[in-house]
Amino acid sequence: MSSHIRRCKTIPLYARLVRYGFRKHATYVWAALAGAFTNSVFGVLRAYILIALWQTRPGLAGYDVTDAVTYCFVTQAFIGPMQLFGGGLGIPERIRSGDIALDLIRPASLQLSSLAEDLGRAAYLFLVRGFPPMLLGAAMFGIVVPTDPGRWAAFLAGFAIAVVVSFGWRYLVALSVCWLVDDRGVAVLSLVLTTFFSGLMVPLHIFPGWLGDLAAALPWAAMVQLPTDLYLGKAPVLETLAFQAFWAVVLLALGALGTRAIRHKVVIQGG
Amino acid sequence: MVRTYFLLAWTWTRAAAAYPASFWLMTVFGVIIAALDVAVILVVFANTTSLAGFSRDEVLFLYGAASVSFTVCDMFVSNLDRVSQHIKAGTLDTFLIRPVSAWLQLATDRFNGTRVGRVLQAGAVLGYALAVLDLDWRRAWMIPVMVVTGMVIFTALWTLAGALQFALTDAPEVSSSFTYGSQQLSQYPFSIYGRDLVGGVTYVVPLAFINWQPGLYVLGRDDPFGTPEFMRFMGPAAALVLALLAALAWRQGIRHYRSTGS
Repeated sequence: MSSHIRRCKTIPLYARLVRYGFRKHATYVWAALAGAFTNSVFGVLRAYILIALWQTRPGLAGYDVTDAVTYCFVTQAFIGPMQLFGGGLGIPERIRSGDIALDLIRPASLQLSSLAEDLGRAAYLFLVRGFPPMLLGAAMFGIVVPTDPGRWAAFLAGFAIAVVVSFGWRYLVALSVCWLVDDRGVAVLSLVLTTFFSGLMVPLHIFPGWLGDLAAALPWAAMVQLPTDLYLGKAPVLETLAFQAFWAVVLLALGALGTRAIRHKVVIQGG
Repeated sequence: MVRTYFLLAWTWTRAAAAYPASFWLMTVFGVIIAALDVAVILVVFANTTSLAGFSRDEVLFLYGAASVSFTVCDMFVSNLDRVSQHIKAGTLDTFLIRPVSAWLQLATDRFNGTRVGRVLQAGAVLGYALAVLDLDWRRAWMIPVMVVTGMVIFTALWTLAGALQFALTDAPEVSSSFTYGSQQLSQYPFSIYGRDLVGGVTYVVPLAFINWQPGLYVLGRDDPFGTPEFMRFMGPAAALVLALLAALAWRQGIRHYRSTGS
């Protein structure tokens, strides 16, 4: 009986946190538009590199030139929603200031409430920072726009899981502040791994030899490369979604362990 | 002015050196981040031997020359793009009442010596490219000229970015499209870009003189876009014009700044 009541209250709670995350970021509309502008400019510059490469190697990695250009602008559109350059979570500051102790005694899981807020943030930034680069790419170069609703459904599912994977990774990075005095090192490491091994800079398919195989198996591939391949219709839908879901579950499970660990740590320090 | 600059920079460096492990770690991490761009070039050239008519080592030469200019400016003047942060925090006013120019103080504000790692990384790539490319050494005098020209252009761009933030206080990220965007642009031979874009960054904003036009002279190549030969030598003039415009814009920004009054 009591568990029944709790379940009824839990779902609306997290739904409300998703909405708050959305509204919180909707306050900074100019910052988001400035981000969209910057992502679009860099998208154009990256597109030219890929165009030049695909002109010398047509059909490389199973993409034609239009696919490569589309790849570039779709991935630029991911930067905001998935926070590919890091951050997006308030946890590191709250750990440093000690406010995290308050968050940990709240009757909702720190991990799930952060996830809910992050999903709201991602939804807002998907709208404001996602569409401008794609529209610019479409206007300047012409990009692939799927007409098959099934492909859109696959892409949106893949994108949603990718946001969860990105949260799972950023949450672990954020928790590491609890053990490290200076978290800038981890932030840089995360930036390097995320931008390079996600496929944000160049598609993972063109990485040479073992580096390509390695990159395709790592969690960052689930963030950028795979949802973009779903958009382009270049990947088997179910296997791709399963691979992404696998990494989402692994990272969230590690995050849950980490949350438990910091709960003990905070109790020791806060005595 | 130069003495004041180095005095302020030295003060910040000494403050940072109080944590030596962190200092060295950040230097190393700076190199790793900068190396990502080289990694991308190497991945691209793992798939092809020439990109828009240029070989890997030629691209590394263009990358290295532009990056030396960029990273030096990133170290010495890039803090100018925090103007909007200072406006919002109300700390810009303190810079204005001190007896040193606000530009100098902002440029040295939180001067970060760890960025020297990136300069060394860029220098190493340029050195490698110069060693492996079979260059005509009678044209090598242009290399220091182009690096200094590039520094003037990037300094002007950062000054413009700072000036722009007096107007765009809520959207400072826009200005990084100009500074970091220019660096991204100049990493690759301009022959990969569209004709209109190259026209714009040659005649409107003189980014082509950071490394492309003088680089063509050093490499002994014709411009694929067919600009006349004398354009290879116009870099210093173009850089000075841009620097003057940036100085004017900066003065306008400072003049029209209204304190928050809080």
